Amino acid sequence: MSRHHEFLQGARDMLPMLLGAMPFGIIFGSLAGAAGLTPWQTIGMSVLVFAGSAQFIALSLLGGGATLAVLLLTTLVVNLRHALYSASLQPFVRHLPKRWRMPLAFWLTDEAFAVVQHRYAETDSSPHKHWYFLGAALAMYLNWQLCTLIGLVFGQSVPNIAAWGLDFAMLATFIGIVVPVLRNRPQVAAAVVAGAVALVGHGLPYKLGLMAAAGAGIVVGVVLERRYRLLQDEVF
Amino acid sequence: MENWLLIFGMLAITFTTRYSLFAFPDLRFPELVRQGLHYVPTAVLTAIVVPGMLLPDGQHLALSLDNAYLLAGLVTIGIAALTRNLLATIAGGLLVFFLLRWLFGQLPL
Repeated sequence: MSRHHEFLQGARDMLPMLLGAMPFGIIFGSLAGAAGLTPWQTIGMSVLVFAGSAQFIALSLLGGGATLAVLLLTTLVVNLRHALYSASLQPFVRHLPKRWRMPLAFWLTDEAFAVVQHRYAETDSSPHKHWYFLGAALAMYLNWQLCTLIGLVFGQSVPNIAAWGLDFAMLATFIGIVVPVLRNRPQVAAAVVAGAVALVGHGLPYKLGLMAAAGAGIVVGVVLERRYRLLQDEVF
Repeated sequence: MENWLLIFGMLAITFTTRYSLFAFPDLRFPELVRQGLHYVPTAVLTAIVVPGMLLPDGQHLALSLDNAYLLAGLVTIGIAALTRNLLATIAGGLLVFFLLRWLFGQLPL
């Protein structure tokens, strides 16, 4: 595929994710004012930070009067998963110059990761897969800015927008990403363990329960995968 | 002013985590790490979804039948397993969720 086609295909494959992110972005724009952000700061946060879950947690902590240090530490813990995504995609972008790697990293969200990882897993040897990455990432970015604006401008006119439960859109999106991956026992076990640890650890400060759950799920997945491999080796 | 400091701090932290490994193109991962990376999306996203369904307010376990997050979440998982189609999963899940919230009288209408 040509660069142009890769770019458009990336943007197109991102469309379902945009639907899932839309309510989330609109709510962010609507609630930021109540948490103490000016309209320019609201836009600034979406444009510069571009991390939905971290932005939401910042709002809730800001509203609760947390200190800057606590806010930033929490951002770090919540965003550590992006380091894992970065590690996961690194083998595919390592050949690119810095002027590609830096913007692609800036736009590396959960949703972009899920879609782009699929493209890289396909076996065709297109030399332009980074254009696909760019198209997917830019679609997500523009959608997020647009939804922040919509929330900012129209959010006040919808009574009780926070009580609608639009955050379910994020859960639906993540379910749509994870469930098709659960094709073997190590993956299922990783999900079960991560979910259980997250439940038990949800009360831990700085979202540390999330990191503990991610770590536990990954370890269980790897251990089981190795055990299955050993069993297979014994059979043959 | 303090808020801008926060925004630029969040920018620095978020970009650093996302760029962390892209910044070192010569780094090669050992087999163990590469295996572990296969489980990253499953583990991380499940760790966000499960509490989201069972503790919708972030604090209290809600196992009751009027918890739309839990019921619609289960239906969404079903749709995802059957169709393996992202758009169907997200659109169907949202539809069921709002239908349930409407039926339960949980929408601020």
